[in-house]
Amino acid sequence: MNFLAIGTEIAIALLMLIVLAADLLLPKDVSHRRIGVISMVGLAVILVYTFGQYHIGASPTFFGGLFFVDNYALFFKQLFIIGMLFTILFSLEYTEKLLRYRGEFYVLLLSALLGMCVMASANDFITTFVGLELMTVSFYILVGARMTSEDSSEAAVKYLIVGAASTAVMLYGMSLVYGAAGSLVFSEVCRNIHLFYAAGLAGVIMVIIGFFFKLSVIPFHMWAPDVYQGAPTPVTALLAMGSKAAGIAVFMRILYTAFPILGNFWLPLLAGFAALCMIGGNIMAIRQTDIKRMLAYSSIAQAGYMMVGMAAADLAGMKAVLFYAMLYVFANLGAFAVLTVIDTERGGTSRRDITGLAQAAPLLAAVMTISLLSMAGIPPTAGFAGKLYLFTAVVERGYLWLAFVGFVMSMISVYYYLMVAKAMYRDLTPEEAEYAAPVYVPLTVRAAVLVSVFATLGLGICPEWLASLTNAAVQTFMR
Amino acid sequence: MFSDFMLTHAWLIPLLPALAFLWIGFFTRLHKKRSAAIAITMSSLSFLLACGVTWAVLSGPITMETPFVQKTLWFEIGSVRIFMGSLVDPLTAMMLMVVTMVSLLVQIYSVGYMAHDPGAGRFFAFLSLFAASMLGLVIAVNFAQLYVFWELVGLCSYLLIGFYYDKVSAREAAKKAFITTRIGDFGLLLGILLLQITFGTLDFQELKVLVPAYIWISGTSFMTIVGLLLFIGPIGKSGQFPLHVWLPDAMEGPTPVSALIHAATMVVAGVYLVGRAYFIFSALPVVMNVIAWLGGFTAFFAATIALTQRPIKRILAYSTISQLGYMMLALGVGSLTASMFHLMTHAFFKALLFLCAGAVIEAMQDEADIFKMGGLRKKMPVTFAAMTIGVLAISGLPPFAGFFSKDEILGAAAAVSTPLYLLGTLTAFLTAFYMARLLFVTFFGEASPGCPATETNAFMRWPLIVLAVLSCVSGLWGHFAGFGEWVYFGAAEETGIDWVIAGTSTVLSLVAIGLAYEIYVAKRWSAYEISQRFGVLYTLSFNKYYIDEFYTLLRRTFCDGLGRILYWIDLHVIDGIVNGLARLVGVLSTIFTFLQNGQVQRYVAVFYGGVIVLVAYSLFYAYKVLTLLGGAF
Repeated sequence: MNFLAIGTEIAIALLMLIVLAADLLLPKDVSHRRIGVISMVGLAVILVYTFGQYHIGASPTFFGGLFFVDNYALFFKQLFIIGMLFTILFSLEYTEKLLRYRGEFYVLLLSALLGMCVMASANDFITTFVGLELMTVSFYILVGARMTSEDSSEAAVKYLIVGAASTAVMLYGMSLVYGAAGSLVFSEVCRNIHLFYAAGLAGVIMVIIGFFFKLSVIPFHMWAPDVYQGAPTPVTALLAMGSKAAGIAVFMRILYTAFPILGNFWLPLLAGFAALCMIGGNIMAIRQTDIKRMLAYSSIAQAGYMMVGMAAADLAGMKAVLFYAMLYVFANLGAFAVLTVIDTERGGTSRRDITGLAQAAPLLAAVMTISLLSMAGIPPTAGFAGKLYLFTAVVERGYLWLAFVGFVMSMISVYYYLMVAKAMYRDLTPEEAEYAAPVYVPLTVRAAVLVSVFATLGLGICPEWLASLTNAAVQTFMR
Repeated sequence: MFSDFMLTHAWLIPLLPALAFLWIGFFTRLHKKRSAAIAITMSSLSFLLACGVTWAVLSGPITMETPFVQKTLWFEIGSVRIFMGSLVDPLTAMMLMVVTMVSLLVQIYSVGYMAHDPGAGRFFAFLSLFAASMLGLVIAVNFAQLYVFWELVGLCSYLLIGFYYDKVSAREAAKKAFITTRIGDFGLLLGILLLQITFGTLDFQELKVLVPAYIWISGTSFMTIVGLLLFIGPIGKSGQFPLHVWLPDAMEGPTPVSALIHAATMVVAGVYLVGRAYFIFSALPVVMNVIAWLGGFTAFFAATIALTQRPIKRILAYSTISQLGYMMLALGVGSLTASMFHLMTHAFFKALLFLCAGAVIEAMQDEADIFKMGGLRKKMPVTFAAMTIGVLAISGLPPFAGFFSKDEILGAAAAVSTPLYLLGTLTAFLTAFYMARLLFVTFFGEASPGCPATETNAFMRWPLIVLAVLSCVSGLWGHFAGFGEWVYFGAAEETGIDWVIAGTSTVLSLVAIGLAYEIYVAKRWSAYEISQRFGVLYTLSFNKYYIDEFYTLLRRTFCDGLGRILYWIDLHVIDGIVNGLARLVGVLSTIFTFLQNGQVQRYVAVFYGGVIVLVAYSLFYAYKVLTLLGGAF
């Protein structure tokens, strides 16, 4: 058994146990920031370690090929770790002030991360399911972590109920696929013509629906706005970038390696739902006044953009999706770091709460604007390069209409993203003078937002280095 | 060794002022003195580098045929590879010297001139960018690089002419300059694109080989179109008729800017372009004729306008147009040497004249009408001396700079066409007259009692002195040091003096100056009566031949008329569609969010609704596959 292959997962599990033990040893009334720091240091070490795992030849495997560590998986693992690391960094203050079980919060974050990493490497349905549930169950609890807030508890219950419904459907789908194909390993399923049976196709569609739920694709998205709004802000950030990216990682792997012969079946579906997401997500976001809720709808649209790349179903499309997922992490880090500060300092995340932020905390306002512009795809931010890759890939494959929908909807999205900027930058009326009072921005948040902004702008001006990494990631896909 | 180093680092010359622009723009914008210091330091450095490059060119094996070229790949789209780099030949070296020297002097002068302006930091930033753009244009290795910097020059002129952006007239003048030159730029762009399409390259060195071969094979007809299109750019940029209208208005900018625009950076870009691409133009007789006649006509036409104008800078502006006409005329009759020689001497004496005018205007507290001045000779002796040298130089009296270069041009014109020569000589007569008028009215006569004028400060005085010296000696130097063996096209030219031509024009200039003296100083004849006697001609000239009015009329009829129609369409059709769409989006948004009622029951119901639809679809798909396979299941 090649234990090195699951080195990352083992390390995360160990880190989780260390954090748990540290929490037990720490007195209750002491600052728990140090636990966050331990987690971050551990994650940073693991991140460096994963860079060493990139390879050129055959990929290491575990469990007889059920667990597959190709560069593609590594890329996503790094993405999760980066997202987690910086989320912990900017939420140290938030956790300290607003959450009751602070130590457990970090432990659950790490267990969610573990689930994501398992998903990224999964090469069969059972492993996928284990990873998925580990992540999702952790998130059920994390969403409700703010025990004093009714919204948070309500969101947790809603997420649990709808999530359970989705899990049931997905599991049913997996069993139907197993029934049709006689295997649960992706590479074995793919060779089986019996998938074309009614039962097989129904199973495939149910598996797909399970992932649609994770990506909050319309009409399986209804949970997202409530959960995003109610969840503690750092958890919302992770839902938007981590959970979604994990879903995409394994969804793409399943489609390309387990169901390639069904391409004619799922490609039009994927394209259609991508369009639906882009249209619906962007249109519904317009009416929102709460920024977290707006970002929930916007994340529906973003999932749509990434599905555009998946509909290209070739290496260029995969590269584009990987690129976009990564830059989306940085854009989200910026936006949610700002929202976390706002939530901590002003007790809410509505458009009203960010009024006058340009005077209260110019750095945060700038970061927010740049991050949102990146989501809208305005140059010179990374979002522009990402959308360029996505739409180029899909136009090459003949889906011109899909790219067109993407263009138009990106344009519409600029409206609501800029509404946020307007709220931050407009002149204050005399009654609003109190909004100009400086907001306390912890050093950790400054560090996090600066990293995110530099990444967003850097990748926009010189997309090449990330593009070469995605290139490495897709070249060894399943090899 | 030293010369190699200089040549390989020629790219630093435009880069240093560009750095100054960035540095000032980002850090010291609000700090007047620091900004000035940075701008002047960088300009001095690039002046020294330009000296080094010139030395290297003079001492080394570099000639017009064997330039020094160094380039690097800028970007690549498909098979089109665009390079950036530096091309150094004697023409480049001469331009580098002139541009760096004049812009350095203008910057020093600006320290004094802008001392009390709160926007001085911004001003120095723009001046630096202006110099950088022009220098980048000068060392361009291909049309693409040239075009980029060409546009940058246009942008800078826009920024600087509109420097006093709170003045309506300045804003309007800036827009006018930008839009008018854009018209020319469009032609240039079309020409460049045609070159790229035809030859697959924009590189000067490669085109130099390809173009003659192409003309030899397929004749001049197509290249004539390309040549004319290319020439539209210089018409706009160098203020040739009929796109000259922006140049007189450009005086709305601060005076140092006018000096820079008129002498070294903006307007000579067009002349330089024709010179740089001379291997194209000189092979096309039709285009050469157009250049020569347009140049000659512009020279004469602008001179007649200058005769009657009253604001000091406006007179100088029309004299610039006229002198640029000379340069074009020289190019058109086939003498690159004469044109570039005149470009150089003109840069010095025109910068001098403008800076003097600036000093006068400043001393007169922003009074620009020369007839409200007078008697400044005693109050501003240095400025008076400098101005006199400038006037004598532009009038073409020996031994000042203009004499030699103008003589070259007239000689070249006489060799090709007698009418052009006569036009040139007549223009020389008019030039001497209106310049003398400017000088006499401003500096002679009696000062008005409350005249506040005093001599300028040192920052403004020293550049005047340097430029005055250059206006005295640059012609002599060019004549005796053999400018024609240095900058030439085809075969090296002898810089000899045709004494008949030189003598005629000198005598005519002297007559003109004497005439002006009689009218404006001795008052033998009344200027008013003369203007009355010439009635129609005077009115035409005073109103600049109503060209601005004509353009306004054109614009009213065509642009505004079309604009009204398009506006109606925009308002009723396009806005209707857009607003309708927006309303649709709004309604959809409301419907969707209404569905989102917060009840988890509904969420799950919608979820399972989706599941049912999709499963039904997959069953339908399976059924279709089944029928396709002929019921094999």
